[in-house]
Amino acid sequence: MTELTHLTIAEARDGLQAKTFSATELAQAHVDAIEKAKDLNAYLTPSPEQAQAIREKTFAMAKASDEKIAKGEGRPLEGIPLGIKDLFCTEGVVSTAGSKILGNFTPPYESTVTRNLWNDGAVMLGKLNMDEFAMGSSNETSAYGPVVSPWLRGNTDPHEAARTLHSAAVNLKMFGSLSAAAEGGAFTNLLVPGGSSGGSAAAVAAHLCLGATATDTGGSIRQPAAFTGTVGIKPTYGRVSRWGTVAFASSLDQAGPITRTVRDSAIMLRSMASPDPKDTTCVDLPVPDFEAAISRGVKGLKIGIPKEYRIDGMSPEIEGLWHQGAEWLRAAGAEIVEVSLPHTKYALPAYYIVAPAEASSNLARYDGVRYGLRENGRDIVDLYEKSRAAGFGREVKRRIMIGTYVLSAGYYDAYYVRAQKLRTLIKRDFEEVYAQGVHAILTPATPSSAFGIGEKGSGDPVEMYLNDIFTVTVNMAGLPGIAVPAGLDAQGLPLGLQLIGRAFDEETLFAAGQVIEDSAGRIKLPQAWWA
Amino acid sequence: MSVDEKTVRRIAHLARIAVTDEEVPHLQGEINAILSFVEQLNEVNVEGIEPMTSVTPMVMKKRQDGVTDGGYPQKIVQNAPATEDNFFLVPKVVE
Repeated sequence: MTELTHLTIAEARDGLQAKTFSATELAQAHVDAIEKAKDLNAYLTPSPEQAQAIREKTFAMAKASDEKIAKGEGRPLEGIPLGIKDLFCTEGVVSTAGSKILGNFTPPYESTVTRNLWNDGAVMLGKLNMDEFAMGSSNETSAYGPVVSPWLRGNTDPHEAARTLHSAAVNLKMFGSLSAAAEGGAFTNLLVPGGSSGGSAAAVAAHLCLGATATDTGGSIRQPAAFTGTVGIKPTYGRVSRWGTVAFASSLDQAGPITRTVRDSAIMLRSMASPDPKDTTCVDLPVPDFEAAISRGVKGLKIGIPKEYRIDGMSPEIEGLWHQGAEWLRAAGAEIVEVSLPHTKYALPAYYIVAPAEASSNLARYDGVRYGLRENGRDIVDLYEKSRAAGFGREVKRRIMIGTYVLSAGYYDAYYVRAQKLRTLIKRDFEEVYAQGVHAILTPATPSSAFGIGEKGSGDPVEMYLNDIFTVTVNMAGLPGIAVPAGLDAQGLPLGLQLIGRAFDEETLFAAGQVIEDSAGRIKLPQAWWA
Repeated sequence: MSVDEKTVRRIAHLARIAVTDEEVPHLQGEINAILSFVEQLNEVNVEGIEPMTSVTPMVMKKRQDGVTDGGYPQKIVQNAPATEDNFFLVPKVVE
């Protein structure tokens, strides 16, 4: 029999239903795997008491699932063990958003997304590491240290990597920060899992959960999925409730799953999504049976290839894979057409005005008064300034300051209003293409495969931002996008393709994503060199 | 457009983030790198274009104007660093 941790959600669902194994056994197998993979730093490890409380919760939920199954009352995700990105508030379980400022924050409520998952019978394995407040593309901005990808370049010796990983983990504990630990090449040859949902992607790829929740503001589901050979979908803005999810940029944030197959993403998204009176931007639309859509195929669909995504200096491997993806869809009966999205190049700069502006406003709540870290000061303003200086990391401070600047008197029209106008134009580009009868758009997911820890963005933040060049347009237009693994590059690292859909038509993305997955063949995930 | 050190300090104060003398030049460099990156938006003619204010065209959901939740002040303040009698404590603001 396949190892329990190597099952897909669909297979685990069948096995639990047939009583081939129990939810408790399934949870135990994952808890054991997580224990051996501690050094990857995918799961956040809070205080021993918290860790104990999470374990008790895991097994209590698994036991409840076993009882439901015994009574024949299994729900859609009954007994399925999942990892939860630490951006989702979980009642009674510390939720840090990857930040020091929320280091002790224990929400007295449950986010709508996680509530929906538990209501459908899922089992919580723990909270997953992430870039601080979801700001980052490599998981290196987390206050709790970087996540190490389970992937290695083909020419890296796994034994050597395991030794490096272990000493890096020790250094990280000793120095407490990435920059100190990274000095002297502590992470040599170890790769980033992408970000901001780096813990989610790494945990799914390393078989430390059957699926994970994630969030995507500019590419934070799709880029880490592409870097780790996993599937990730950012649904249409408004499909999934944002209530109880720590806010970064409210008009761009959207939650979705990261899983090992397209089918599993369809299963998970159906449970995550729901109308929600607590989020006024969450739509009152019925949630379709996404899983039923995966077998639809693409016969008769029109798939657009946007010429503006053929950027200067694109690697021939990415270009080749993109071409291959179009051929797969054509072979399955789709019509491939070239389309134009003329404002594509302005999406990333416009994003770096809109997202920081919204972040500066959303993060104003961390003031050292109502919750979170507090540094005392001589007066209230001094208290705010010192608390925020001590609690936020560099990337977060930088973005809050950019946001503050572009919203400040005299600059609001020149920056913020202009960026919002660009957003209208970006959205209009997509609407015009869809009006021509195009059902979905195929693009590469990322401009490269995963890079090394400490390799990018130390001098110029824009170098890191460019990771999101293919994904950010989708957030700006509020559309759904899925990243599906499509092959390996010459270094043996995964590359993904992205499909962009019409608003509230995730079903077509699942159908076309399944064609890519079937054509490319499931990616063989790495052996557990870290264990 | 680019910012000088004085402006960096002013933004930091507006954002209520204390910055050290050592941090200012770094922040200045990084902020200017981002500002020069977004400069390219000026190439686009946005004359007559409406700024996007709603991602999905939809009517704002409304609910009855009534109390639907509450009555648990201890839960509200449970994560606060300093409280007294279910109030948040701050340094003296008014003399």
